[in-house]
Amino acid sequence: MSIWIDENSKILIQGITGNQGTFHGTRMIDYDTDVVGGVTPGKGGQTLNFSGKEISVYDSMQEAIQKTNANVSVIYVPARFASAAIIEAANAFQANGGGLVVCITEGIPILDMVNAVANVEKCPDVRLIGPNCPGIITPREKGGCKVGIMPGFIHAKGRIGIVSKSGTLTYEAVAQTMSVGEGQSTCVGIGGDPINGTGFIDCLRAFENDSQTEAVVLIGEIGGSAEEEAAEWASKNMSKPIVGFVAGSTAPPGKRMGHAGAIISGGKGTAEEKFAAFERAGIHVARDPSEIGNVLVKALEEAGLR
Amino acid sequence: MNIHEYQAKAIFNDSGVKVVKGLHCTNLNEALQAYDELESTIVAVKSQIHAGGRGKGVLYDPNTNEKIMEGGVKIAFSREEVRKYASSIIGNKLVTKQTGEEGKIVNNLYIESGCEISHEYYLALLIDRDTKSVLIMGSTEGGVDIEEVAEKNPEAIHKIWADPLEGLKNEEVIRFSESLGLTGESKDEMVEMVNSLYSMFLDKDCSMIEINPLVKNSSGEIIALDGKVSFDDSAEFRHPWRDELRDLSEEEEVEIRADKYGLSYVKLDGNIGCLVNGAGLAMASMDVIKLYGSEPANFLDIGGGATSESITAAFEIILEDENVEGILVNIFGGIIQCDMVAKSVIKASKEIGLDVPLVVRFSGTNHVEGKNILNNSDLNVFTADTLAEGAEKIVSLTRGAQ
Repeated sequence: MSIWIDENSKILIQGITGNQGTFHGTRMIDYDTDVVGGVTPGKGGQTLNFSGKEISVYDSMQEAIQKTNANVSVIYVPARFASAAIIEAANAFQANGGGLVVCITEGIPILDMVNAVANVEKCPDVRLIGPNCPGIITPREKGGCKVGIMPGFIHAKGRIGIVSKSGTLTYEAVAQTMSVGEGQSTCVGIGGDPINGTGFIDCLRAFENDSQTEAVVLIGEIGGSAEEEAAEWASKNMSKPIVGFVAGSTAPPGKRMGHAGAIISGGKGTAEEKFAAFERAGIHVARDPSEIGNVLVKALEEAGLR
Repeated sequence: MNIHEYQAKAIFNDSGVKVVKGLHCTNLNEALQAYDELESTIVAVKSQIHAGGRGKGVLYDPNTNEKIMEGGVKIAFSREEVRKYASSIIGNKLVTKQTGEEGKIVNNLYIESGCEISHEYYLALLIDRDTKSVLIMGSTEGGVDIEEVAEKNPEAIHKIWADPLEGLKNEEVIRFSESLGLTGESKDEMVEMVNSLYSMFLDKDCSMIEINPLVKNSSGEIIALDGKVSFDDSAEFRHPWRDELRDLSEEEEVEIRADKYGLSYVKLDGNIGCLVNGAGLAMASMDVIKLYGSEPANFLDIGGGATSESITAAFEIILEDENVEGILVNIFGGIIQCDMVAKSVIKASKEIGLDVPLVVRFSGTNHVEGKNILNNSDLNVFTADTLAEGAEKIVSLTRGAQ
């Protein structure tokens, strides 16, 4: 197993005719992801060719889901249209048996996300991942299901679940697991925006319930209190070992560090507080991301898993 | 994006939020004219900078660093006092607990009619990450540091949340006003103010509105005596009017320039420049430099759309900082290809005449090709396979230079 996506997932690409949709859509197919169609309003009826595979374009998510039986959508549309795309996808999946919406887009206005998340919450059979995230990937023996912009080739099938707020730092965590001979069950990038869909706790719960996952690597960053809440939850609910890292120990207060949510405000949301919460919760802490691999080995050994 | 108090109050006024009359000025003559025009015997002379703690700040001569006056917000009881305070403020450096030691030069003043205060409150609207909605927060203790109130007297703080789909519920706003101890017309005015501010928050795509103090005057009116407004930068595309409110002198010039190249840059105080793709990895790179015993000179995320041109700009920006004694480039190629970065690094180094040690760590897409390009070039560069190795190397190289 894995969490939320696997080789049976059927994926639609929202914004498929744009540069991002075309570029990443091709790479998703190259990784053996089952892309079954795309949506760009006003461009329905076209057929695109990505790496030799014919992909139909539809005008709406409702039509696309009914024609393709898709259960996953990935959004590459520009920021100003992205929240409408999220809401359209959520409503269409809810009306057709449920699904997963993964929003890659960066720079969505925060009030648009407040609205979009509230709409998604009205759809109990729909999960939103992102926005401003690399997406989600479940590697198989060869290729796998890649819903996002991460480089597929750095991954391999295995037993480590990875969840992270960051993009490239997630790849770093993947590389760290590989460096100690461990592959991944599923890697989820939840994104670096202050308002997002799926959070750390959702991912931890899913990994705890997933038979393939035996340990989790959790990568946080400064800002907000999601890491502290995840640690608190994990201490009560997780039986599987967790390795944690938090980026931004050296970030000055009051300054936004790239991600919209990565800011220490009013002295809250520091890396130190988050590391301390990890330690209180029994999470194995890596202070240096290059140590994630070694800390993971120790955690696995301690749990009798290696 | 932040704006000045006088700009915030103009928006308050347009949005139906009560303010007292005031005038913006940029020199002494305007300040005196403003005093005459306001026809108020008592006025407040207020320094306009994008930082809090102005009232308790100290003004210094920017050239001699000689102390000029205590307090960046003054109450003047005469035209002469306006002259005295305005001339002590304009052109001088205001240091508050939020500006840091370097302070801010005050180029703008706000002269505001006096107001008889019977009680001071605190009111703020902000995005609450936990509930994923807009939070309205009020306190019966205004005019003081709200974080201190939250710590020492949390029961003085009252909160309500706006439902993202249904908006503010009137009965909740009424209860909120009552919880601040307001009755009668004052209570109704507070309800109206909260509703007006919430509409403004949505209409203008704010990320924060803070009024400290919000006051009840002697006739029971509720008035915003201060105003701090921040806008969500991501929503700029639907608010072209914001351009006019922008005070570039309040922003770091280098950060604006970086932004034009799609770079996200924050200057820090250390000696190791960093050039990284991705915000999380950029922060992690800074952290690892510190773990190996040095301090990062900057945060720099070149983003997923970096080009040779933007990488050259990134090198230029890093090297403008005189404290930089070495540079660590850390790229985990995903969308970005390491060989492109390698070529760009060589080109930029030649164009700029790089004269500090350079360590490059490549991983991910085309990292082998990238490394080969660097190793086969005549550039004086060290390559590393892991972040730790790269950080250790640049720290030891810069130590050697000292």
